[in-house]
Amino acid sequence: MNSEKLILPSPRRSSWQLPALVGLLALLWLLIWQQLQTLADWLTYTLIGLQPDTRLGQSINFFLYDVPKILLLLSGMIFLVTIVRSFFSPERTRAALGGRREGIGNILAAGLGVLTPFCSCSAVPLFIGFVESGIPLGVTFSFLIATPVVNEVALAMLFGLFGWQVAGLYLSTGLVIAVVGGIIIGRLRPERYVEDFVWQIQVGQQGGVTYKPTWDDRIREAGHSTKEIVSKVWPYVVIGIAIGAVIHGYVPEDFLAGIMGSNTWWSVPAAVILGIPLYSNAAGVIPIVYALMEKGAALGTVLAFMMSVVALSLPEVLILKRVIKMRLIVIFIGIVAVAIIFTGYLFNLVIG
Amino acid sequence: MLQIKVLGPGCANCKRLEQLARQAVEKLELAADIEKVTEYGQILAYGIMSTPGLVINGEVVSYGRIPTNQEITNWLIAAQSEAGLS
Repeated sequence: MNSEKLILPSPRRSSWQLPALVGLLALLWLLIWQQLQTLADWLTYTLIGLQPDTRLGQSINFFLYDVPKILLLLSGMIFLVTIVRSFFSPERTRAALGGRREGIGNILAAGLGVLTPFCSCSAVPLFIGFVESGIPLGVTFSFLIATPVVNEVALAMLFGLFGWQVAGLYLSTGLVIAVVGGIIIGRLRPERYVEDFVWQIQVGQQGGVTYKPTWDDRIREAGHSTKEIVSKVWPYVVIGIAIGAVIHGYVPEDFLAGIMGSNTWWSVPAAVILGIPLYSNAAGVIPIVYALMEKGAALGTVLAFMMSVVALSLPEVLILKRVIKMRLIVIFIGIVAVAIIFTGYLFNLVIG
Repeated sequence: MLQIKVLGPGCANCKRLEQLARQAVEKLELAADIEKVTEYGQILAYGIMSTPGLVINGEVVSYGRIPTNQEITNWLIAAQSEAGLS
């Protein structure tokens, strides 16, 4: 029997059909995007018949405008990010980081942390794989900090609600925190805190297979992860925006200036500490925070809160307990938390 | 008898891959032993960091993603005929 004959060609549509479908969807996306405000206004003021100057009218309008807007942005963003990430892999990242020194290594690791597709359940094998191939622990931590800080769901929501400046600010400070945090951890001789068994694992050589996806594969994969993530976070988005809408319509202006304004020194650390245990609701927290900012909360405080919600999620950090001692986990959380607090103050000082 | 191993610490993707592998084996009516490998040292011994990974007769055929039904079927057929030849 000839084995080659048995490998059936997979049934694939010809190569122009999927990209054409993507183009069509993108066009439709743009069309809806442009009509969002018109649509929300029509629904609120014409169909439901509310008055634009009433509180209820404002709340409902906020909700009907922001829910479709954020969901559109989320789908577009996740699709694009998945396409970009399909060009990277943890194995390739490890090869790129091998032999890099502190500094350049940390910067590269933070950047690759954003671009490498990575699920939290791969954190432990990735950590061991990095360590075993001789990548310094500080560089490994730059990677591990950057991965969650720059989260595509958070970025899409920041972009949608706050605009590209705030989203860009968030992205760049996230990267800086990853680089600096990794360098500091690297200086603390963290090897002491790595579990002994990690050093004994023999990492094998991966032979033959390198997966070379076609454009069709990339598109299919992107479509799949878009569906998966959006179907997971949409309830949080809707609930978050609903709460945000109530705040938008009913809480008086400047109500929060006293508690969350830039003149209250303790609001930044309080926001960070509050954010650490909150995780799964990152999608729901951002619209609430957006509405709070309208009512006088300072940008630095708000950014610090979001970073701590997204970057420092206890369950994900605790997965690393399998490979590093509690001491290092506490140091890790501490350094990132301090870095975020510092960023918050900085922004309140500069912008607030 | 095919030796199939699903590498992964037990996240949703790993479970999905195991399910797909079982379905493919059943559909082809192959004799196969499907084992889940959750121990990190063993996973890394195959030289991969991104889970889930799929190993057929000691050879890593895919990692870091969930392959399609069609791909798994093709690998199984290829491995089966290879085993038949030797």
